[in-house]
Amino acid sequence: MKRLGQMKRSTRTSLFTYALVIAAFVIVQLVRTFKEGGVGSVLEGQLIPICAYIVMALSLNLVVGVSGELSLGHAGFMSIGAFAGSAVALGLQSSLGSAPLRLAVAMVAGAAVAALLGFLIGIPVLRLNGDYLAIVTLAFGEIIKSIVTNIYLGVDEDGLQFSFLSNTNQLGEGGVELIRGPMGVMHSQRISSFVAGFVLVLVALVVIFNLVNSRTGRAIMAARDNRIAAESVGISVTKYKMIAFVVSAALAGAAGTLYGCSQTTFVATKFDFNTSILILVFVVLGGLGNMWGSVIAATALTILPEALRQFSDYRMLVYAIVLILVMLATHDPTLRGFFDRLRGKAVRGLDTASIRRGGKTEKGGDAR
Amino acid sequence: MSRPKRPETKLVTVPSPNKIPERDIDKTPILECQHLGIDFGGLTAVNEFNMAIGRTEIAGLIGPNGAGKTTVFNLLTKVYQPTRGTILLDGKDTHSMNTVQVNRAGIARTFQNIRLFGNLSVEDNVKIGMHNHIPCGMWQGIFRLPGYWKAEKVAHERALELLSIFDMQDLAGAKAGSLPYGAQRRLEIVRALATNPSLLLLDEPAAGMNPSETAELMDNIVKIRDTFQIAILLIEHDMSLVMGICEGICVLNFGEIIAKGTPDEIQNDPEVIRAYLGGGKEG
Amino acid sequence: MVFLNYLISGIGLGSIYAIIALGYTMVYGIAKMLNFAHGDVIMVGAYVCFFAMSGLGGGSLPAFVPPLAGTLLAMVVCTVLGVVIERLAYKPLRQAGSLAVLITAIGVSYFLQNAAQLLWSSSPKMFTPVVSRDLQVPLPGGSSISVLTILTVAVCVIIMLFLTWFTGRTKMGKAMRACSENKAAAQLMGIDVNKTISMTFAIGSALAAIAGVLYLSAYPSLVPTTGSLPGIKAFTAAVFGGIGSIPGALLGGLLLGVIEIFAGAYISTQLSTAIVFGVLIVVLLVKPAGLLGKVVREKV
Repeated sequence: MKRLGQMKRSTRTSLFTYALVIAAFVIVQLVRTFKEGGVGSVLEGQLIPICAYIVMALSLNLVVGVSGELSLGHAGFMSIGAFAGSAVALGLQSSLGSAPLRLAVAMVAGAAVAALLGFLIGIPVLRLNGDYLAIVTLAFGEIIKSIVTNIYLGVDEDGLQFSFLSNTNQLGEGGVELIRGPMGVMHSQRISSFVAGFVLVLVALVVIFNLVNSRTGRAIMAARDNRIAAESVGISVTKYKMIAFVVSAALAGAAGTLYGCSQTTFVATKFDFNTSILILVFVVLGGLGNMWGSVIAATALTILPEALRQFSDYRMLVYAIVLILVMLATHDPTLRGFFDRLRGKAVRGLDTASIRRGGKTEKGGDAR
Repeated sequence: MSRPKRPETKLVTVPSPNKIPERDIDKTPILECQHLGIDFGGLTAVNEFNMAIGRTEIAGLIGPNGAGKTTVFNLLTKVYQPTRGTILLDGKDTHSMNTVQVNRAGIARTFQNIRLFGNLSVEDNVKIGMHNHIPCGMWQGIFRLPGYWKAEKVAHERALELLSIFDMQDLAGAKAGSLPYGAQRRLEIVRALATNPSLLLLDEPAAGMNPSETAELMDNIVKIRDTFQIAILLIEHDMSLVMGICEGICVLNFGEIIAKGTPDEIQNDPEVIRAYLGGGKEG
Repeated sequence: MVFLNYLISGIGLGSIYAIIALGYTMVYGIAKMLNFAHGDVIMVGAYVCFFAMSGLGGGSLPAFVPPLAGTLLAMVVCTVLGVVIERLAYKPLRQAGSLAVLITAIGVSYFLQNAAQLLWSSSPKMFTPVVSRDLQVPLPGGSSISVLTILTVAVCVIIMLFLTWFTGRTKMGKAMRACSENKAAAQLMGIDVNKTISMTFAIGSALAAIAGVLYLSAYPSLVPTTGSLPGIKAFTAAVFGGIGSIPGALLGGLLLGVIEIFAGAYISTQLSTAIVFGVLIVVLLVKPAGLLGKVVREKV
């Protein structure tokens, strides 16, 4: 067992993040079990959405922070995951008794459908750059919303029935409406649980950390830092941007399923541009490429509007002001310098020392 | 400025980086350019570029600013697709290849304006160079299968070994973007070497270096050629470096070759003196 | 004839998008930022005009005075608002990454929407059109065109001509173009970059006010989130035409309006927005920098 100080920084960061998430989960579970009234009815209702938003933020951070492409349509993948997963969960309701197992199957299905869609969308999107790429992801998000709003899906003994724009499905006796166009999805039972959400967050963290700290992840970051240099060392930039995009879409799909199965009813317009932006705010506030930052930002900013309830009408205004002030403060040169100094001379001292040491050996080589 | 001629004998492994080994210079070309040219709009940037580089030759590409030297590199690495002509790499036409495929086929390069992966560590920069030689797929990485650990260990050791060419192994953990200028240039060379090329293109490797650093770099370039048995083509304005280590030199002016030859020939070529060196003195 | 009617309303809607897109594109060109709060400036302009018009209306003033005064007041308020937003929220972030500015712009957008909700409540207000929608000019062949549409298109054309003159001929306009090319170099040439950027925000916001009045005249339901959808559409239009390009914004806006109306009329109302975005994607795949945008190659 290596000691903490000798570990690579990436390993330390990932262990810290796992510890953070596990500790938070244990504390919340203890409070829920032993304290009268649990964590409070407001927070209790937010637990699963928080998990879903954490996974959304983590997966978007993979695209924006690690792969370096701005995506403004991430809610679209959540939507696809929510609808596909819910449809599977509803369809299996009679045949698969165990709710956790049904949720797991639904999540895998949601992730798979979202990944497939991510791949198809990625083909045109990744041919573009910068703000043009961003606007096309926005466009796809809106297109997904429009299309999902008009899907009618039902199942009966004869199999699946599908119609688009207007409901022409003729369901037989005992048939189930899975997706009801603008009416969205209705669950008779909420199969998502906080434990399932916690497991999904852990899975997302493991997938992202392991991916980033591997040959694939290095290639993704190389493509982000310098496209031309990456190609010059034989890395196919499009391929690795695509991997990041598809993995991100799959995780977002699973998060969508988690969210969808925690609601009695939801509609496609829930996953609109504003939701995409909300998730982007989590990622940017948490720090690009910083996964534990995303976890904390997603949690804090999901709770914040609820915590501000005492301000009633003013709460969203306060939220907006907090958002602006945080952005200004984190980019203020004076404050930045202060935090850099706070972050410990130890780290920086180490860096400069090793560079100085390198300089010395270079001189040594000179003398030879 | 010309360096002593090497006796042409069989190659032996390099005993010490500072001793010039006894070797024979293999003259069958690794790279052949025939009638290479490119136009940007109406402007001809490079024209009738004909050149061959031996398998283990160090060749220089010189010329005044704006002569089209970097454009030649961009053509060779397919950053630009040539308008005319053929590039043969080890006898194979690279016409249908893109930058990525050209690198896999054996050309690696550095950049005049340094292009490191600045947010990543020095070691990661080298490992990214080794990308196509690390046998570890995405799933192996995500699930941390045994193959991942094995591949990472090999990559780590290889990266340190490559960094040791420039005595940079102590800097492995530092952020590439935070390195001093000279170290960044050296790291670019290591990263290019990590792709296991048969032809290495160096774009102004000594730019911004002081004389002692340049001298060390000259030794190292020769050492790299001797150790890896590869061809090196370099663009450089520092004439002591070019005349000191290049076996063949090609002079470019206004996109066309005005002279080719050994350092001695180039230094005495009247047209080169007129167009480039000016007044008959070396740079 | 039905076709002609659709075309006319498409051009009318497109002109509004074009005016908003001009504001987007100018700000993008100079500050290289996606100003997501631009749509909400439209909303503020519309509210100001609404209250001015209801305050002035019903008196003995001539009929054209309240709308004109309302529009001018909206322009003044929005100009000030735009400059203040830039000074307080965007200027401190000029050295920061584009994402930081984007998030701040989103914060400003939330702020404006929620401030509007507190000030003016979220219940919809019925906007009185600046020109009655019933005024129609008959066209040969039985169809007709509304005066409002004519006014909208005319305003759009005037703005376009003004901007072409302004950026091409005036000192400030040239300074803007210089800043959008290279801020550091412009500063070295003695151009006050901060002043130029403020000016750009001022013009863009004034245009947003005009667009707000025209948009609400056509679609009269006024709520605090009124601005976001036309904002996003106009942003799309700016990208469509090639963001940063003034003629591109006009072209993109008009095309977007026409496509939206046609898609709604001939294919499906439910899918019209999706079709608009679908066309945008196809255009960007063929011309990655928009219709009139230039692809800038990175120097190696």
